[in-house]
Parts: sequence; structure tokens; C-alpha cells
Amino acid sequence: MESVLSLQGIVKKYHNHVAVNNISFEVEKGTIFGLLGPNGAGKTSLIRIITRITAADEGTILINGEKLHGLHPEKIGYMPEERGLYKKMKVGEQLIYLAQLKGLPYREAKQKLTVWMKKFDILTWWDKKISDLSKGMQQKVQFIATVVHEPSLIILDEPFSGLDPINANLIKDEIFALKEKGTSILFSTHRMEQVEEICEKIILVNNGQKILDGNVQQIKQSFKENLFSVKYEGLPDTSSLEGFGYKIIENKNNTLLLKLDSDTSPNNLLKKLMENGLEIHHFNEVLPSLNDIFIKQVEQNNG
Amino acid sequence: MGKIWLITQREYLSRVLNKTFILTTLLTPLGFMIFFIVLGFIMNTGSDKVKNIVVADRTGILEGELKSRDNLVFDFKDLPLNQLFSLYEKGEVVGILELSSAPDTMQKKYIVQYYSDDQLGIDEIFSIEKAIGKKVRNFKLKAQKLDENIIASLDTEVTIEPKTIKKDKNITSLTTIVSSVIGGIVGYALFFIILLYGSQVMRSVMEEKINRIIEVLISSVKPFELMMGKVMGVGLVGLTQIGIWIILIPSLFFLGTMIFGIDLNAVQSLPASGAAEEVLNQQDKIIQILAELKGLNWWKILPLTLIYFFLGYFAYSALFAAVGSAVGEDINEAQSLTMPIMLPLIFAVYIGFSAVQAPDSSLAVYASMTPLLSSIVMPVRLPFDPPFWQIIISLASLIIFTIFLVWMAGRIYRVGILMYGKKASFKELGKWLFYKD
Repeated sequence: MESVLSLQGIVKKYHNHVAVNNISFEVEKGTIFGLLGPNGAGKTSLIRIITRITAADEGTILINGEKLHGLHPEKIGYMPEERGLYKKMKVGEQLIYLAQLKGLPYREAKQKLTVWMKKFDILTWWDKKISDLSKGMQQKVQFIATVVHEPSLIILDEPFSGLDPINANLIKDEIFALKEKGTSILFSTHRMEQVEEICEKIILVNNGQKILDGNVQQIKQSFKENLFSVKYEGLPDTSSLEGFGYKIIENKNNTLLLKLDSDTSPNNLLKKLMENGLEIHHFNEVLPSLNDIFIKQVEQNNG
Repeated sequence: MGKIWLITQREYLSRVLNKTFILTTLLTPLGFMIFFIVLGFIMNTGSDKVKNIVVADRTGILEGELKSRDNLVFDFKDLPLNQLFSLYEKGEVVGILELSSAPDTMQKKYIVQYYSDDQLGIDEIFSIEKAIGKKVRNFKLKAQKLDENIIASLDTEVTIEPKTIKKDKNITSLTTIVSSVIGGIVGYALFFIILLYGSQVMRSVMEEKINRIIEVLISSVKPFELMMGKVMGVGLVGLTQIGIWIILIPSLFFLGTMIFGIDLNAVQSLPASGAAEEVLNQQDKIIQILAELKGLNWWKILPLTLIYFFLGYFAYSALFAAVGSAVGEDINEAQSLTMPIMLPLIFAVYIGFSAVQAPDSSLAVYASMTPLLSSIVMPVRLPFDPPFWQIIISLASLIIFTIFLVWMAGRIYRVGILMYGKKASFKELGKWLFYKD
């Protein structure tokens, strides 16, 4: 698949530390890519390099196959983690100004903004000052500012922080809709549950270095620990189940959490359980959450 | 370039269409007008209550007549003091003035008694003293048998009339005065404007950094474009405001004169005697001053002053922008960092004042060719027609230095706007200069 964004061997040093150390990844067209890492991992440094706010010391960046140059910011939409708008400016004026800075002519900007504001049901705010809006309302305005010029790459840095569930869903739906239209989204966060829900591929960085990357499902598979969860009825005593190719980790609320030995198959487990008179209501494999993988990997990396 | 223009436009329009701007722009001249009206009023109404003073002239020097301020009425009564005291006690007069004996012709000091329990105002005392002084002088002249006209002819007004030897410019005695006034006003105005709008640039940069819009902006435009757009936008606001004032202040002044019927001559409080003559004299002077103004090299002074203003404004406001980028919310930090910017500005305005008095002193000459100082000192010297080569050197050095300063400010700005939580010391700023992009 063609890459909208391609980073190759990016290095960024500040005078006393290396913020980004030899990082490479690709964001394909029409996908949502997660850039993960704890605070201070180098996510913002990477984003600032991509948006041409700063420049890398080494490495190449390609946008749609071309080397990054001065006109590329117009193809990128960037919503920084620290949101900011001119407090005293009116919503409409401000959005038109920001769109014009991204290269849209006035009339086109106005027309596109009208469509977006109708979509978010905020057209009546056109003449309101930003300072008169609530924080959630300001987020909506900020999101429109990020996407109005129809960039081929959208970079969202913690887009849901500070949003209530309703507005978070609204923005999430828009992100999916943009993806369907072929827009690529680089989604930077340290909130793992959102990543699992939204991203197809991720890269995990810590201390400026890549720890792991790849498809979310594949990563989860590769980190699985043969854990299974069984919801059952009947069985007063777990002692009869012991000593058979698995360990019981937990038995709570009629649910067993079991870790299988590597040579034991789930079918054998089920058989054994049923033989012991258990009535099974629910049986599933427990994959590690990205959060667990994240914490483990970061701890390993730091230790 | 298109984006700089967009930024300039926003900076300009968001300020000019702001209520505060409109109010201050309109109210400042109005404030000035009210100030002058009140001032005129105060000047005119020092004398309100009529005071009756009885004069006991035992000498005849006053010849039964004394004229001082309008509110002082003198009543001549050659009665013994105790009878006059009873008048005072009845409240008919506020005091008694007694000239008990005539002065000797060679006497330099002459004492007149004033009896009262209430003091006269200092103005009133002075004016009475002056009026009696005049009478004493006449008395002495008569005693010496001298003709007053001859005495008057002894006082001669001496005027030095400068004549050029090589330059074919006509210099008169007024030229220097007019040049000084124009130079002084221009110098002070430049100082004020650069300071006012430079610090506005600084505050605007701080605002963008504090409300974090900066990151959105510089993912669309280069920091340098943003800085330049801001500097130009605010500069245009300054020009607009000054333009409005240049039109508004004189017309309001004129209007005020019409409506309130303020007599400009009264404000200047001319003495009552010989008023007509004085007015004629004044009109003559005004015509001469106008002629002098016309005689100045406006085609040179105006454009050059504008160029100096732009260069100076750019240099200083770029520095202000750099400081604004380096500090965060802490206004105190900003104050300590603006000190080095303020110093040359303040030195420049003081050197400018001394240049008004001695436009060719070596201090003035060298300062007018030193960048940062020259943007104020040279415009002050311009009405005095400084040599051409000095203007060339001054302009060339200022242009080069301004470009350097703007470049330097841009380097600091680009790092500073993204730097949070780091204390901005001069050492730190110096490091930022050499950061790679």
C-alpha cells in the first residue's frame, strides 16, 4: 500500500540528550496509525519534525513519496496536545484565518467551514468569541481548524483529552469517516484503551527509541500468555482440577482465570473441566491489553 | 510572502477594529482638548473675588493711581492709620497699603507697608510690587530730570543673524529655534512610538505563547514569517493611530476654539497694557515661523524621518518580540529582559535632547551614526541640515544592523516560542542563537 508518511532513520538531538534515536515508520493511506509512548518519550519531538516546526538532525521524511518541503504543511493537519486559539477572536473569523494560513482561499474556506460547523451543529457560534465557549466547544472548533483544509495526513496529539464521552464519540466518528475517505491519521497518545479501539498499526517509543511496532492484533497475539477465562456453574472445590497442564491464577465470581502450559491445547482444557462436572457458560482466550504490553515493555526498557 | 501579509492583516484588523483601540484613539485627542480647556480655565480664573485695598500714599509717588490685577481695587485715602484700621475692622477693605516716605534716587530697595491679618496671594503681591516699582521708576526719572523716551531707547534688542558663506540656504535667527523645536518633537515622538508599539509586539507574542496557539500557527507558517507579520501589523496600527491623531488633534483644537470661544491670547495671559501691539507682534512672529517651517527641507526631512522610524521600529520591535518569546507568563522576567532594549532607547532620547542644543557636537554626530541610537538622534538632527555623508553612513549602518537584529531576534524567537518552563537568561538566549533548526 502507498505510504502517505514515511520516516526513515530519524534522529533529533538536543544539546544534552537524544530526543529521537533512529526511528522509522510508515503511515499508509487511509489508515489510523498510533504513536504511543509515555510522557517524554519523544512523541512531540517526532510530530514537530513531521510538521516542520523543527528539523531532524538525521534521516529522511517523505510525504506522499516526496521529501518534506515548505509546502507540505498545507497537506498536514495538526492538533497539538496543548490546544490554543485566539481567545478574543470570533469563531468564524478565527477558523477562516487558520484555514487561509493553510493555503485555502477565503471563499473556499468560508464555504467548507460552514459545512463543518453545520455538521457539528455549531453554526450559530460563528460570531461568538472563543472566550465565551466552554472547553469542549473549543475542542470542536480546534478539530475543525485541523481538518478543514482536507489534509492527506492528520496528526492528532491526545485528541480526546478533556472531552466528555458524547463529544469524544462525535470526534471519534469523524476520525473514522475521514479515514474512510482515504485520509491517514497519526494518532499520538498514552491512553491505550483508545488505541486498541481506533488504531490499526502502532509504534511504541520510549526514551526516543522504538520498542515495538506493527499491527495491533498481531502485537497482542505475539504477547499472549496462554491465559483463558472460564465462566461456570457448579464446582464447590478447585482442588480436583489441579495438576493438569495448567495453573489456576484466579477463581472469583464463578470465573476461573487459567494459564495453560505451552503443550496443553484449549480443547484438552475444556474436556478436563467438563469431566469434572463444570457447566461452562463462557470460555475465551485472554489477550494482553495494549496497556499491559505497554507497561511491561516500558518497564523492561527502562530497567 | 502571502502568509506574512495574511498575518499582518489579522494583527492589524484585530487591533484596529477593537473597541479599546477605537476608544483610545478617539479619546486621547479629546483628553488633550479637555486638558487644554481646563488649563486655560485655570490660567484665566486665578482672580475671582474682588479685593478692596485702601492706599495711604504719603509721598505722592503713585499720583493717585495704581493698576495691577483686575480683582484688586485700590482706594486712595490719605487718612491717619487708626482711621484706616477702623475701615478694616468694619470689613470694608481687606488691607491697608502705606507708602510712608519717598525713596532716595540712589536707593535700590524700597519698603511699602501692608497692614492686614489676611495674606495676599503671591501673584497679587508680585503684581502690586511690580506696579509700585514702575511708579517709583517714573518718580526717580523725574527727580533726575531724565526723559523717559531716552531711557527706553537705551534698551536694545540684539539678534544674531547667521549668514551662510557657501550654502545657498537662507538662515535667519528663527531657523535655529524652529529646527530645535521640530527636532525635539520628532525625537520624543519617535521614542514614544517605538516604545509603545514595540512593547505591544512583545505582549502579543507572549499572548500567543501563553494560550498555546503558537504551535498551530507555526505548523502552518515559519516562525520568522509570523514574527515579521506581527511586527508589520502592529507597526501599521501605530501609523494609523498617529495619522488619526495628526488630523484629529488640530481639528478638535480648532473646534474647541470655535465652540468655547477660547481666546488663545488670553491663555497666554498677555499683560493688559499694549495688548494690541503685542498681538500684532505675535502675528508677525507666527508669519515668520511659518516662513521658517516652509523653508525647512521637508522633502528630505519627512521621508528620511519615516525611514528612520521604520528601521528603528523594526529593530526594536524585533528585539521586543524575541524577549516576548523567551518569557512565559512571568511579566517580571519580561521586565528584566527588556532592560537592555530600553537602555539604548533612553540614551538615544537624551542624546537627542542634547543634540537639539548642540546638533554638531561630537556626541550628537557619533550617536547619529551609531545603530539603535541613530534611529532617534539622526531625525533630531535632520532639521539642522547635517552633512550628506553622515546621513549615508548612518542609514547604511542602521540598515545593516537592523537586518542583523531582525535575524538574531528571529533565531531567538523560533526557539523561544516553543520553550516552556525554562528560565530565560541571557546565556540561554545566546545558546538559542546557535541552535540548528
